[in-house]
Amino acid sequence: MTAGPADRTHEREVGRARARKEDAHLVTGQTTWTDNISVPGMLHMAVLRSPMAHARIDRVDVPPALERPGVVAAFSGRDLADGLASMPCVWPVTEDIVMPDHPPVAVDEVRYAGDPVAVVIARDRYAAADALEAVDVDYTPLEPVLDLEAALAEGAPLVHADKGTNRCYVWPLTTGEDWDAVRARADVVVSRRFLQQRLIPNAMEPRAVVVMPIAASGEYTMYSATQIPHIVRVLMAMVTGIPEQKLRVIAPDVGGGFGSKLQVYGEEAVALAVARTLGRPVKWTESRSEGYLATHHGRGQIQDVQVAATRDGKLLGLKVDLLADMGAYLMLITPGTPLLGAFMYPAIYKMDAYAFTCTGVFTTRTPTDAYRGAGRPEATFAIERMMDELAAELGMDPLELRRRNWIRHDEFPYTSIAGLTYDSGDYEAATEKALALFGYEGMRAEQQERVRRGDPVRLGIGISTYTEMCGVAPSRVLRDLRYAAGGWETANVRMLPTGKVEVVTGTSPHGQGHVTCWSQIAADVLGVPFEDVEVVHGDTRAAPQGMDTYGSRSLVVGGTAVHEAAQKVVEKARRIAAHLLEAGEDDLDFAEGVFSVKGSPDARRTIQEIAFEAFSSHDLPDGMEPTIHADHVVDPDNFSYPHGTHLCAVDVDTETGHTRIRSYVCVDDVGRVVNPVIVEGQVHGGLAQGIGQALYEEAVYDADGNLTSGTMADYLVPSAVDLPEFTTERTETPATTNPLGVKGVGEAGTIASTPAVVNAIVDALRPLGVTDVPMPCTPERVWRAIRQARGEEDAAPTDRRPEGTVPTTGQAPAPSEEGLA
Amino acid sequence: MNRISVTVDGVAYQDDVEPRLLLVHYLRDRLGLTGTPIGCDTGSCGACTVELDGRSVKSCSVLAVQADGGEVTTVQGLGAPTGGLDSLQRAFHEKHALQCGYCTPGMIMAARDLLRENPDPTPDEVRHGLEGNLCRCTGYQNIVQAVLAAAREGQEART
Ligand code: FES
Ligand code: FES
Repeated sequence: MTAGPADRTHEREVGRARARKEDAHLVTGQTTWTDNISVPGMLHMAVLRSPMAHARIDRVDVPPALERPGVVAAFSGRDLADGLASMPCVWPVTEDIVMPDHPPVAVDEVRYAGDPVAVVIARDRYAAADALEAVDVDYTPLEPVLDLEAALAEGAPLVHADKGTNRCYVWPLTTGEDWDAVRARADVVVSRRFLQQRLIPNAMEPRAVVVMPIAASGEYTMYSATQIPHIVRVLMAMVTGIPEQKLRVIAPDVGGGFGSKLQVYGEEAVALAVARTLGRPVKWTESRSEGYLATHHGRGQIQDVQVAATRDGKLLGLKVDLLADMGAYLMLITPGTPLLGAFMYPAIYKMDAYAFTCTGVFTTRTPTDAYRGAGRPEATFAIERMMDELAAELGMDPLELRRRNWIRHDEFPYTSIAGLTYDSGDYEAATEKALALFGYEGMRAEQQERVRRGDPVRLGIGISTYTEMCGVAPSRVLRDLRYAAGGWETANVRMLPTGKVEVVTGTSPHGQGHVTCWSQIAADVLGVPFEDVEVVHGDTRAAPQGMDTYGSRSLVVGGTAVHEAAQKVVEKARRIAAHLLEAGEDDLDFAEGVFSVKGSPDARRTIQEIAFEAFSSHDLPDGMEPTIHADHVVDPDNFSYPHGTHLCAVDVDTETGHTRIRSYVCVDDVGRVVNPVIVEGQVHGGLAQGIGQALYEEAVYDADGNLTSGTMADYLVPSAVDLPEFTTERTETPATTNPLGVKGVGEAGTIASTPAVVNAIVDALRPLGVTDVPMPCTPERVWRAIRQARGEEDAAPTDRRPEGTVPTTGQAPAPSEEGLA
Repeated sequence: MNRISVTVDGVAYQDDVEPRLLLVHYLRDRLGLTGTPIGCDTGSCGACTVELDGRSVKSCSVLAVQADGGEVTTVQGLGAPTGGLDSLQRAFHEKHALQCGYCTPGMIMAARDLLRENPDPTPDEVRHGLEGNLCRCTGYQNIVQAVLAAAREGQEART
């Protein structure tokens, strides 16, 4: 017997509120952000960007930049074009999708303010930035394309003239009965148009990339602030022609992503190309303001939604027509992002007909792509807003309307009208718990009371009973959706000779706590101490296979892979233990890291001892491969469907238009929980971003297509004073589609909270005749909505943005604004 | 070029710097003290917060020459050099007040300043005190809890 592990009692790790292993280096500043990396001979790259939304490039003259102190090289788009292919889009959603060429640095035409035009390479970052002004560019301005509806009209100016249209694709989904027939037999049809404003993801770490070449052998190591080192490696090999096996991609410490680093960026390709040409290491780090132009945006849709129902509140059908702003180019999953919502509009409700179309539209703005929730926040917003509107139309409590239509707990598994099979859920339980925490009846009573006494500060109650699909994804479903890659995830679990454990994961965490959670999972299966497990990730050489981190997939797919690989380790170890103990494998118990012979508990071996036996390999069963390491790759059978009930109470001052969140209660069901502290943190952060969309955030463009919310001083990322204290609780309905019973959690808060807040504001103002407030619901917009409902203001100015700006989605600028820009 | 003398995390440095060099770039690029990150270019995010002569400053909004003769403390100067955590660092860890950790050095430095001014803040005072420091990951709730916990610990130490 060796000392120690055999006699411990192992408290289950899964479910424990472990403080994170990740924190020590982060709280002490011993970090490896990409921009921290500095190597001998390293050069700095700066990018010259288009100051115009749309223009022909007549001439780019880079040589004058070479005269500047410290400058080593400079390249125009044309200089770089030979060595670099078009930037990839891996989700051509329809057969006839329009896929424009996307050079990493523009050659003939710039198509959004911020489109790269040239790069300067210098000995330090100041010299590179200074020399940009020496690059001489002649532009001929072209018409910007900003209004989604006007962009589709005959004769509209074109973003990509060679394509002959701004229509990128039309993607329909029609299920159940015929919409028109259902509409005809409905007692009530409610129609609304919602604008999903453009958002800037704002991961706190700006993007950065460092490339280190070894010219003699043609090998490249690229550090990048990315969520997806594995995908970047594959696609960078394709774009640059560097053989994949010669390219190593490392995502070191990465400071948040929220989808913005689920991307393969031109600057990564250019840094590789420049390092290849110069044979020297190159670094590029974006400034925040540069990132606002150059890092993809999220949302950006016009949603036309209709619901049909009976007078007693039974939903009959739903029709959704989207216009989705692609921006100027198709980036990694630009066209597919709105379609991630296509299946979620019916949400938790039963109905007979569902008709959806999405039309992708090119504009001369920064490309859009995934931002936390990606398609599902938009869908959830639309359906949850519509449920409130329908309830108002029917004179019914919005909660009662939801109850009458949601899938009951005893109906699971349930196949939604959109064709998704929800494996499990308990909407009743989550809602009951949320109502109790919130004090729903009391709030309603107070609301009535305030209306009665004419209080200028109205109380509003907003509900969001959401579900979402995450845990991307079954590879076959991705094939059916025309997505180019699979949705599997890998793990490798190895026990080292000293009995310690390394878990290699294909996920790529950037704040989510995988190191802690994967340690908990492995510790339970192997029966080893939590502290004995280390997790290796984010380096294509150390963790060679993976599909990375996005879409609330890491635990559901990657965590499952860890669980399964660890099980395989136990099974291999069992063979050795049986051999050493001269017992049959079936005669062994395995508990808390110890194999023991049934009926003779003294005959035992710890898993750590077996690890050493495997290492020495002196006495293994005949024919056994001398290792207990194990790999596992999971391809999920289904998505994951977390759900929950969010309740928001707001005080809206009808005199100033100011909104204050007074109470926010959410009860989420994310299945079994590996680490409740981490889950709660994910929910908090998700709520903050969803509330940000509801109240504060918007990427605003002027009539010329310039981003006017172009710095962090102009774009309102919520601070601590802008957000309330949240009350978070859970119900736990285990998923039936993975052995851990877990569901995704990363995006749930963002998906659920936006409609809860806006529903609350509209609820407060409904007695005044207000039926919608466009997002973000700033004091000015709330105030205007009230005035408009009172007939004190025309409809037109209600949606007016700050001076000189146009809405990002759709509407033409009010005539009076012309000339202000 | 200007010659400056500055003490950072207890170590005295003398360097020739360009007058326009930002303190944060001096710390990161010249001294290799990369524990202090940069989150914006408009003084909005607070990620770069350090202590200069006992007051918290956004080191992206201060020139290196302005620190001449001064004493700077960064997050790397807190706790024990071998990795022991100070009370705020420990509270951030225990209360799960960080996810990606990018805002954390600045948050901790700003919270130090806050607690020095107001050793026993209310949750609301903590929120206002940290208004200049943005976090995109946590929704701030656990950051507030961490600062309150560190404040309590400070109170106990004093009584
Ligand atoms: S880096 Fe944002 S305030 Fe200094
Ligand atoms: S922890 Fe990521 S920004 Fe605060």
